[in-house]
Amino acid sequence: MLELKHISWTTEDGVRILDDVSLTVPDRKLIAITGPNGGGKTTLAKVMAGIIAPDEGQVFFNGEDITHLDVTQRAKKGIAFAFQQPVRFKGLTVKALLDIAGGGNTSMCDYLSQVGLCARDYLYREINQTLSGGEMKRIEIATVLARRAPLSIFDEPEAGIDIWSFAGLIKTFDSMRRSPEGTLVIVSHQERILSIADEIVLLDSGHITAQGSAGEVLPILVSDGMAQKVCDRKERAINERA
Amino acid sequence: MSGLDQVTQDLLSLISDWDGKYKGAYNIRVDSTCAGRQSSDNIAILSKDDKPGLEIRVRPGTKGEKVSIPACVTHGNVDDLVYNDFYIGEGADITIVAGCGVHTTTGEPARHNGIHRFFLSPGARVKYIEKHVGTGKGKGLRTIDPVTEAFLEKGAYLEMDTSQIGGVDRTTRETRCTLGEDARLVIRERLLTEKDQNARTLFTVTMQGDNSAADVVSRSVARDDSRQVYESTIIGEAKCTGHTECDAIISDRAQVDASPRLFARNEDAALIHEAAIGKIAGEQILKLRTLGLTREEAEARIVEGFLS
Repeated sequence: MLELKHISWTTEDGVRILDDVSLTVPDRKLIAITGPNGGGKTTLAKVMAGIIAPDEGQVFFNGEDITHLDVTQRAKKGIAFAFQQPVRFKGLTVKALLDIAGGGNTSMCDYLSQVGLCARDYLYREINQTLSGGEMKRIEIATVLARRAPLSIFDEPEAGIDIWSFAGLIKTFDSMRRSPEGTLVIVSHQERILSIADEIVLLDSGHITAQGSAGEVLPILVSDGMAQKVCDRKERAINERA
Repeated sequence: MSGLDQVTQDLLSLISDWDGKYKGAYNIRVDSTCAGRQSSDNIAILSKDDKPGLEIRVRPGTKGEKVSIPACVTHGNVDDLVYNDFYIGEGADITIVAGCGVHTTTGEPARHNGIHRFFLSPGARVKYIEKHVGTGKGKGLRTIDPVTEAFLEKGAYLEMDTSQIGGVDRTTRETRCTLGEDARLVIRERLLTEKDQNARTLFTVTMQGDNSAADVVSRSVARDDSRQVYESTIIGEAKCTGHTECDAIISDRAQVDASPRLFARNEDAALIHEAAIGKIAGEQILKLRTLGLTREEAEARIVEGFLS
């Protein structure tokens, strides 16, 4: 599905964020990218979506070299991206944004309910300062669900999400990867998200330092304190919804 | 309706819900003359005796009716001036549509200056929709200078939805409202200027009655070499609440001056102003590009939403 070959990227002030990273995301797998803050996770996700152009290396999507395709072109090829910090739009409604994302398909209620929002209350709300950070985050995720893209990339989807929605989110990711569009890349620190991954990639100081199945990698991360455990209330909520 | 040429019909479609006819009472003004008029049982439209314009009288208790009074200038070398007075009876609840379109292709200027006064009796409710547009080729200046004055008696409500989306080269939009006890005023302005267009908006709201409230919000987009000036003054002379907000998106070499002003003349006057001017945020464009829009499509969508 997606292949990164020898990707490097350095900031304008000379900090090397990604250093010769190669990674393959197979079809219909959920790949979780984790690691310490500043390790390069978000940058790597943005390289996949074309938001950041690497200094070196190549990006292939279904065998095609897309290294020089921009964000729009990659979106049209079927790559969706959920931002860690969603942006607000004065005047644009939730419905308008979902319409753009979904090309006018009619399942908007489903996408909103999957992120724990009632369509009746939210479709005609403006995406402005009246929405809380948690609501913004859930709408951001809904826009990616609405795209039904072959590859969906989520940058720290759990940040700012309340207990109920977090439980729903796990369920949504789990069902997404069972769908025909189900190739997922999720940047996360969250143990519950990492635990449902087919593969965990540990990115530290711009290098992949560990890679393997959740069963292999997760215990190491937990013992090193690099994966955040969910609190008991979240755990109960997830189990109730499972 | 026969006798209206294509330019007039096109303008009417842009500024009102014209579909070959109007429902309810109406008066169509074309190049300073009356091109059609109809009163209803509850809404009387009469010509003024002393100056050009209309007197529109709405019976007390009239509910759910609409009155359309569009004005069109269809060619250059016209300088139209009209005085329209609206008397809204007690407890009435109606919609008034008063758009204006100016069209010139000859290089000569076309101007419409509409002076509208609204007298709202106690408990009257009015939704006032005003759309302004300029069309046609050539360098003849298209000018619309509306003046709106409103007097709201006890418990009256006026919602003014005013927009100028394209084609008007020069405009001074002056609105003055006076609010009595328990009266409420809501103003929503939408403005788009391009090329070397100039727009000046002046709102003055005086809240004289206790428990009156005013909410004045303007959203505008200024492109190319256009220039906008926004001044709004909210005066609280009683126990009242007032809010004025100006949000502008600016691009190219455009200039926007925004001056919201609050004058408190009573210790129980609670007044707020906000103003923000800036270009479209790069993050907004990026988000829409990740949804498959090009940069140009994303900008157009953001502006469309902002001005909707």
